[in-house]
Amino acid sequence: MSDAPVLEVNDLSMVFGGLRAVDNVSLNIKKGEIVALIGPNGAGKTTFFNCITGVYIPTHGEVKINTSEGSAVLNGLKPNVINEKGLARTFQNIRLFSNMTVLENVMIGRHQSLKSGILSSVLRTKKNRIEEQKVIDDSYEILRKIGLEMYVNELACNLPYGAQRRLEIARAMATNPFLLLLDEPAAGMNPQETNDLVELIERLRKEEDITILLIEHDMSLVMTLSERIYVVDYGKMIATGTPEEIKNNKEVIKAYLGEDIDA
Amino acid sequence: MNLEYFFSLFLGGLTRGSIYALIALGYTMVYGIIKLINFAHGEIYMIGAFTSLIIGAALAMSGMNPILIFVLACLAAIVYSAAYGITIERLAYRPLRKAPRLSVLISAIGMSIFLQNYVLLAQTSDFLPFPLVLPNMKFLKPIEHMMTTTQFLILISTAVVMVLLTILIKFTRMGKAMRATSQDKDMAQLVGINVDRVISMTFLIGSATAALGGVLISSHIGQINFYIGFIAGIKAFVAAVLGGIGSIPGAVLGSFVLGLTESFGTGYISSDYEDAFAFIILILILIFKPAGLLGRKENEKV
Amino acid sequence: MITIKDLKKAFLNALWFIFLTFPIMVMKVNTINDTLIWRWMNMLYIGVAAFVFTLLGKIYTVRKANRSEIVKPSLIQIVNSKMENKKVRYSSLAAVVAIVILYPFLMSMYQTSIMTTALMYVVLGLGLNIVVGFGGLLHLGYAAFYAVGAYTYGLLFYHFGLNFWLCLPIGAVFSALFGIILGFPILRLRGDYLAIVTLAFGEIVRLVLENWNEFSFGPSGIANIARPMIFGQKLKLAQVTNFTYFIAVGLTILTIIVIRRMESSKMGRAWEAMREDEIACQAMGIDITKAKLTAFSMGAVWAGIMGVLFAAKTTFINPASFTTWESIVILCVVVIGGMGSIPGVIAGALIFILTPEYLRAFSQYRMLIFGIALVVMMIFRPGGIIPKIRRSYQFAADKEETQEVEA
Repeated sequence: MSDAPVLEVNDLSMVFGGLRAVDNVSLNIKKGEIVALIGPNGAGKTTFFNCITGVYIPTHGEVKINTSEGSAVLNGLKPNVINEKGLARTFQNIRLFSNMTVLENVMIGRHQSLKSGILSSVLRTKKNRIEEQKVIDDSYEILRKIGLEMYVNELACNLPYGAQRRLEIARAMATNPFLLLLDEPAAGMNPQETNDLVELIERLRKEEDITILLIEHDMSLVMTLSERIYVVDYGKMIATGTPEEIKNNKEVIKAYLGEDIDA
Repeated sequence: MNLEYFFSLFLGGLTRGSIYALIALGYTMVYGIIKLINFAHGEIYMIGAFTSLIIGAALAMSGMNPILIFVLACLAAIVYSAAYGITIERLAYRPLRKAPRLSVLISAIGMSIFLQNYVLLAQTSDFLPFPLVLPNMKFLKPIEHMMTTTQFLILISTAVVMVLLTILIKFTRMGKAMRATSQDKDMAQLVGINVDRVISMTFLIGSATAALGGVLISSHIGQINFYIGFIAGIKAFVAAVLGGIGSIPGAVLGSFVLGLTESFGTGYISSDYEDAFAFIILILILIFKPAGLLGRKENEKV
Repeated sequence: MITIKDLKKAFLNALWFIFLTFPIMVMKVNTINDTLIWRWMNMLYIGVAAFVFTLLGKIYTVRKANRSEIVKPSLIQIVNSKMENKKVRYSSLAAVVAIVILYPFLMSMYQTSIMTTALMYVVLGLGLNIVVGFGGLLHLGYAAFYAVGAYTYGLLFYHFGLNFWLCLPIGAVFSALFGIILGFPILRLRGDYLAIVTLAFGEIVRLVLENWNEFSFGPSGIANIARPMIFGQKLKLAQVTNFTYFIAVGLTILTIIVIRRMESSKMGRAWEAMREDEIACQAMGIDITKAKLTAFSMGAVWAGIMGVLFAAKTTFINPASFTTWESIVILCVVVIGGMGSIPGVIAGALIFILTPEYLRAFSQYRMLIFGIALVVMMIFRPGGIIPKIRRSYQFAADKEETQEVEA
């Protein structure tokens, strides 16, 4: 396999009316990396995610993936097709299927892997039954791995907050991605839950052979987890580097603390 | 081409459009504030028409001056429709303010079914001749064959209502509170706006204008029954969507476009499909310009 | 529990409703013969009713606040846990089967015919439930698909003499195609717009049937459509009524089995995910276009089949049977029964169709009461009469923990 980055974003821009929410951002991630995207509120991070995952069609630029199956350009594809290509995401403001059970939430993630059509499920063919049983077992296995097995039959909306965030990850993992995009996975968590999350993300990368791009405000999490950090402000990329470099970058400090830091 | 025929269709279209506008305002205001299609709004209009018929007929038996009767019956219709509007919001929508939108919508449909049957059972299923007729005005004599006094009155009152409403929304405290509430209900509450009162007020104004429309169109057509609210309501809704739901000038524009289309469509194409024009316009607009003529596109936050 | 303040509030409410209903409830005019009747008693009834309901509402909220912590198992949960027992389950199933089979032989022809109608609404309700209950798409034009089925049989019989059995699948396919045709333009529409467009679609179909005389014979409709036959044999009226009843029973069972299987399949899960959150649903790899179109077409199939049966049962069809009211009645069945709940929809249809038939005095108030029921249901019991119970799964690793069934 070549050294080409798994995700390559070139000169991506997203314009809403007069607002350039994302302005000429380029980014690349190598296989197996954990990369963080940080920046003040309203910097355009989630918009950037939405452009990559097909919720928005970027005004300009290119989103490209390179996998063992070759390269592909993702611009303009529908979100479900992008998911099929191996990108899965979570949402900042939790978007679970609230009135379905935890297991069913994960089972939906397995949707793509199911081959049987309506007719064979209505006739309950043998193939269909085996497939259904496999979905149930696989989904349970994912829940076990993420530590949610005690909630299998609970409604997603009845879960404690931290567990809901983890369920978002479980559901995304069920789609069998090579790249996982986490949008503020630790938002609203207490320190204990955040620690568990760090442990979970590291374990996922190791065991599942996965690459991770995350947006996060919790700096301790970002600094422990990520190998490289990209910083955006007002839609523009202002810095990139290792956690150490970013910590000492003047531009970044200015963006976070305001203009007159030196004054 | 017969120019006179064209003009009478044009005036007919304007009249229709004015009536749709009076009803569409209620839809659009309510939608602007609580994002609900108030399915019962057509029924409010029907109740307005019925109230004026009942009060008007009762007063007529006492042998009062017809113009005075018209004014009193009109007032009664406005007061009662407004009261029904507020009560419906209180009973059927307010308890569901935090519920999924589908629930509120179903509740609104339930209210609409209830009100239709309420009038049907308490009054009658027959068409009743509408007793409020205005004497013809002298200065309209030369164009009488194209425009009746009632039509003239409809156009004038719609214009007056539009002006008053624009003033209310642009320049008064209540108008400001309404605009704030439609932007962000929680934030409006935080800055001290009584959101419940603003919503009630919206229902009150929307219902009152619908009642005025009900009285005017009934005296134009000359008969009513319990079912008139359904079709009129749907068409006014189409007008509101056409103009961009939530936008007041949009509702007015949409109403005139719809009224003229229907008038020319039935006049030049076929009157069999009179009601179909509105529905076809609705489907086309939603496919090609879902935000409507003057509406803003809403992006869901992800 | 009830304070003076509550009494005062109830009294004021009573006054308000007396005022509100005064012209319509108390006065009754007839502008044809210029009569005015005063019905003062209604004023009293309204006042008392408003007073009593306000107090009942107060008692309800107080009791609800007090019992918050102790959750008693509902009747449905009790029945459900009883059904876990194989013996109970099979004996109650046997009882239902016996009643269903013996019904036409014990009851009059009229009663059988009513039951057939009720079963047809069960199927219609279950079909609409796919769209509204599973898919969360508020559909107000369902009667149009019902019309497509009925006219398919009516016209094919009239022109080509095709029989009932042949038309049954044809009606289903035509209706499904119509579902897809309607599905396309509304793919991008959100909940409330969708409702109004489906309503418009239903009205357009009815207007076309009413006005396109060359095609549909206009308001006079199509008469003398053949009833169902066995092996080309014509049956006597009593026999054919029973036979139609059994066809309805058969189709109801088929519908229940098929829809249950759809529900727990890949597609069924996609429909529900779409109802819960369209954006997350797409992010999980579900093609929302496909999910919407299948929901519409799979929902339409049942209306098409029932349309064919309707034409065969009544032998006469015209556009008046397929109004928006019809769509709303079917919607009421689904909503009151329980959106997304198959047993709920069955119960809803039976209650909705049978009660007005057996309580004649009540039948004129049917729509009034069901209108109120929609509002009350949404406020107090949004899940319907029998809310959906989600399937729970058990795994070897933690049997003890997953024993409890969550409702």
